[in-house]
Amino acid sequence: MSPGEVSGARSAESLLRELAPQALGAVARRFGDFSAAEDAVQEALLAAATRWPADGTPDNPLGWLIRVAARRMTDQYRSEDARRRRETLAASWSLATTAGPVPGEEDDDARDDTLILMFMCCHPSLTPGSAIPLTLRAVGGLTTREIASAFLVPEPTMAQRISRAKATLKASGEPFTLPPPDQRAGRLRSVLHVLYLLFNEGYASSSGPDLARSDLSGEAIRLARALHASLPGHPEVTGLLALMLLTDARRPARTGPGGELIPLAEQQRGRWDRALITEGTSLITGALRQGEPGEYQLQAAIAAVHDQAPSYAETGWPQILSLYGRLERLTGNPMVTLNRAVAVAMAEGPAAGLALLDGVGGRLGSHHRFHAVRGHLLELAGDGASAAAEFRAAAVGTANLREQHYLTAKAASLAAGGAEGSG
Amino acid sequence: MRFMLLQNYGPVGSDCPPMTEWSPADIRAHIEFQQVLNRELVERGELVDAQGLAGPEQAQRVVSDGAGVPVITDGPFPESKELLAGYRLVDVETGGRAIEIAAQASAAPGPGGVPIQQPIEVRQVLSAPDPEM
Repeated sequence: MSPGEVSGARSAESLLRELAPQALGAVARRFGDFSAAEDAVQEALLAAATRWPADGTPDNPLGWLIRVAARRMTDQYRSEDARRRRETLAASWSLATTAGPVPGEEDDDARDDTLILMFMCCHPSLTPGSAIPLTLRAVGGLTTREIASAFLVPEPTMAQRISRAKATLKASGEPFTLPPPDQRAGRLRSVLHVLYLLFNEGYASSSGPDLARSDLSGEAIRLARALHASLPGHPEVTGLLALMLLTDARRPARTGPGGELIPLAEQQRGRWDRALITEGTSLITGALRQGEPGEYQLQAAIAAVHDQAPSYAETGWPQILSLYGRLERLTGNPMVTLNRAVAVAMAEGPAAGLALLDGVGGRLGSHHRFHAVRGHLLELAGDGASAAAEFRAAAVGTANLREQHYLTAKAASLAAGGAEGSG
Repeated sequence: MRFMLLQNYGPVGSDCPPMTEWSPADIRAHIEFQQVLNRELVERGELVDAQGLAGPEQAQRVVSDGAGVPVITDGPFPESKELLAGYRLVDVETGGRAIEIAAQASAAPGPGGVPIQQPIEVRQVLSAPDPEM
């Protein structure tokens, strides 16, 4: 295969994925049946993936997808009751005459459709474990097989997960429109949460045997970009996109050659992606001007301070400390307090950080990250033996393999250092 | 979250005789129960893999120092009761759901349809993503 063919195949794939939510939006709106439309569009995408490379891309690719999907729906309904069949045929005739979107309305429709689809797929009645794959298929245009392989489960298992999610949606009676204005803020929070979890799913496993999963971060960024295009003025949407870009910028420095975790303090900052940092910083700077920031904006602001620092020691720790303080007040999340303890230690010395930890020990004393943070601060304070014990306790408690390797190695090296020091 | 649900060749809670002494109908019912459970887990979008392993008689234990000829011991071993008999790998929303599946599997039918109370070991698989990192 020549390089030209490879890039041709790639651009056909990215065209299909870009058109997927538009085709689905059009079909779902006309037939009023999201669940069936989603299946029909998935089949149309699979058909296009085999036929377009052979026959050439049609002049109106979106119209082609809508027509094929509409035909599938008609075929499917044909076996159902006669009343429904007549209605469907009528709908498909009118569709054939207006094969594409009305000129001029195209962009608005596409933006709204993406938004409606995200609200549907991240419906509060769905767990994140169902909402994420459904969003990837319906909005991201991924195939069930691709999603199954990214989540390392067999295809039939993933197909069932998606179809159950759609059954739940159908039972909820959610219409294919934007939610009423008074519900929109709450529903948007669900969408942002799902995209945030999807990003972390990929970011937490970004190399080695989990390589395919790192694509999930890329998908999350793509979806966040689409959401941002639909709601360009929403500061938390901008904040989430900025957070993803500013975090993803560090990916090249975050793991060593063997896939081992490299903590922020030890990363080679020259390997960070400057273009992503510039874009993320400019997004978050603009969002912060719009008033009281939400949690994604605060997290993005913290990430931006880290990304701009020439080294760990020269980081703007007082600024990070104040941002964590605001985040803590906003979310009440004890994990934020742990991060604030690190910032306190860096800004005011390890003793101050350890004192802060003593205050939350009652709530978090058995959590592995409490031990990990305590280990770091004890190490900073020069107490290697106690730090090693904390890292060992943290390693036993984590459910993440790479984190476990890191914490075990940390405990071992401190224990060895301690033995040398005392002997 | 992923969990391995493991079952060993150990004693079961109901003290029922070994499967070789069951009636053919009871064996069929037991196998069908396992298949139905697996189908249900696929339908719920939770099953990653389920396998039964060949018996202790076919087990081999291999030890090597990396240089010489590996030492191979043929089974069954004296401590065969701790040998793994089979597993299910499930991908579920919560640890509670893994326990629920384990409880279902534990109550698989034995002679006369009486639940055998097979002990199921529930172990979380490492490398679950960690959003707070």
